[in-house]
Amino acid sequence: MNVVVCVKQIPDPAAPSALDPTTHNLDRTGKLILDDSDAYGVEMGLQLASGEGDEVILVSMAPGGETSGLRTALAMGAARAILISDDSLAGSDALGTAKVLAAAIKRAEPDLVLTATESTDGYTGTIPAQIAELLGLPSITFAKKIAIDGSTVRVERQTEAGYDEVESPLPAVVSVTAGVVEPRYPSFKGIMAAKSKPVDVVTVADIGLEAGQVGATGARQEITDVSKVEARAGGEIVVDDGNGAARIVTFLEELKVI
Amino acid sequence: MPVDTVWVVAEITESGPSSITQELLSKARSIATNVAAIAWGPDTASHAAALGEYGATKVYDVGAVGETLPGVPVAGAIAALIEGGDTPDALLVPASYDGRDVAGRLSAKLDRPVLTNVVGLSENGGLSSEHTLFGGTVAATAHFTGEGPQIFVVRAKSFTAEPGGGGAAEVVSAPAPAAGATGTAKVTARHVEERTGPKLDEAAVIVSGGRGLGSADKYEMIEELARLLHGAAGASRAIVDAGWVPYARQVGQTGKTVKPNLYVACGISGATQHLVGMKGSKNIVAINKDQDAPIFSVADLGIVGNVHDVLPALIEALKNR
Ligand SMILES: Cc1cc2nc3c(=O)[nH]c(=O)nc-3n(C[C@H](O)[C@H](O)[C@H](O)COP(=O)(O)OP(=O)(O)OC[C@H]3O[C@@H](n4cnc5c(N)ncnc54)[C@H](O)[C@@H]3O)c2cc1C
Ligand SMILES: Cc1cc2nc3c(=O)[nH]c(=O)nc-3n(C[C@H](O)[C@H](O)[C@H](O)COP(=O)(O)OP(=O)(O)OC[C@H]3O[C@@H](n4cnc5c(N)ncnc54)[C@H](O)[C@@H]3O)c2cc1C
Repeated sequence: MNVVVCVKQIPDPAAPSALDPTTHNLDRTGKLILDDSDAYGVEMGLQLASGEGDEVILVSMAPGGETSGLRTALAMGAARAILISDDSLAGSDALGTAKVLAAAIKRAEPDLVLTATESTDGYTGTIPAQIAELLGLPSITFAKKIAIDGSTVRVERQTEAGYDEVESPLPAVVSVTAGVVEPRYPSFKGIMAAKSKPVDVVTVADIGLEAGQVGATGARQEITDVSKVEARAGGEIVVDDGNGAARIVTFLEELKVI
Repeated sequence: MPVDTVWVVAEITESGPSSITQELLSKARSIATNVAAIAWGPDTASHAAALGEYGATKVYDVGAVGETLPGVPVAGAIAALIEGGDTPDALLVPASYDGRDVAGRLSAKLDRPVLTNVVGLSENGGLSSEHTLFGGTVAATAHFTGEGPQIFVVRAKSFTAEPGGGGAAEVVSAPAPAAGATGTAKVTARHVEERTGPKLDEAAVIVSGGRGLGSADKYEMIEELARLLHGAAGASRAIVDAGWVPYARQVGQTGKTVKPNLYVACGISGATQHLVGMKGSKNIVAINKDQDAPIFSVADLGIVGNVHDVLPALIEALKNR
């Protein structure tokens, strides 16, 4: 079984984020790392594709030929990666990104495509369904458990009220929530092996798309205004010396909650 | 000049249009001349009055989708209407599980971009959307530059639900076309987790617990306090990921946005991703043993203390009233 896992490489969320003052794009000039949210998909993929001849193939779109995040996922155990990197992709929106990812995924002929439910930096959360539609595949979003049974994927899908059991024939696109599995830490051996695993770096033209469909032009949307939000003012701070609960009770009375 | 036509993707629950559906219809009414709802389910017609009450003059009835996940048939039905020449200027879609599927599918089908995580909309000849970024510290305004229909995916609690006193919406059948392979994901069983008291996104009081509770069994204190205040119990992502409580309780960027009258945060540090989901609350009380915890920066009343001391004392005091 071939499993494609989409992995996004993002600016370190621990570092302060910023928008470029003129393009309003997220500043992606620093080193990029594997989005934590995608570590779950990678782990899930490795567990599902653990048989003889099974392969986990990573697909990522990132600027500047970035592979740092891919190496992390390769060190976890993925076999190889396809990286789409092209200057014309700067400023891509979710649909443009989905077009690029879908075109690259097609080349890998997967039985299953895994993504996270949403990325940490852009979190539009629409890419999984967009990819599925572009590939003409069924999709199950918000998986909190996944099992493969022959040519069927069975998923426990998070819902408002609880969860649904959902199944679909393969190939299919499944988006996974954090906590679907516990991602492994790359071993030293894994890290060494990752250095020589193949990363196929391709351009927009290589995957049969035109520059106008992607990037800032393809996005057909623009940010017109960016401003700082007025911070909510903090209030009274009480150090509890046995009177904390009583102070809350008075506050609740003032609010007429009790 | 208001926008001509806006369609709202309407989610119907057993008690009628969901709260976000009411919010979106209310907003649509204020920016557009014609508002229609897209609804699905076995008995959409019986909700025509409620949808009309919030502003829909027409409801496109996709019909029952059975065990199929709604994303594909609902997006298919909308695309069929549009291809048939009936086109809105904009679509408002709830940022919910099924709403995101509908928006993503539709976007790819129509080759139209989406603006997501919308928290505000304004009409000034065209439509502009507001977004909050970086944990709510930055606000951005955006708009579409290409051809419509424009697809906006809107977060809950962005608008106020207000009945407009409209009559029942006219029901127009809008069946989903055959979907082929894309429509083959089927629900085989549904599990409803037990819940007592008000829903998280409708409660006037929310008591939330975080990792500072120390262990899963201590979450009972949160539930008990919520019960005493006739509120709902919420959680930080840390304890949802740890499996202490179901995801439906999660407040924040990847969980629910809530705006209750009172939010009580217990043993929650106040990470930006949590704050973005609750800092619109009218009043905030925080209990945390670390006086530098970021949660205190948004609290109207902050108690620097141990949840294992303060919560039992508070519960006791409320029981004795
Ligand atoms: C703050 C902010 C707000 C934005 N708002 C919008 C908006 O409203 N509309 C819009 O169209 N665009 C928006 N964008 C741009 C959008 O984030 C990018 O187009 C991005 O390339 C793809 O979207 P996502 O990460 O939000 O996708 P999501 O749908 O959140 O991603 C889901 C999953 O898809 C996979 N995936 C996503 N991108 C990649 C990638 N490059 N490589 C490999 N796998 C990937 C990952 O598994 C990811 O977890 C925004 C960006 C930022 C920074
Ligand atoms: C993409 C992304 C999305 C996210 N979405 C969300 C989201 O939707 N919602 C969300 O909540 N988080 C979200 N997070 C996670 C968020 O960044 C934090 O990790 C999380 O909110 C922390 O939860 P916590 O406050 O319970 O735990 P911690 O940060 O560990 O805080 C525990 C707090 O408890 C205090 N404490 C410890 N013991 C006691 C005691 N005995 N008495 C009193 N106080 C005590 C500590 O001082 C500390 O402040 C997201 C993160 C990412 C990257």
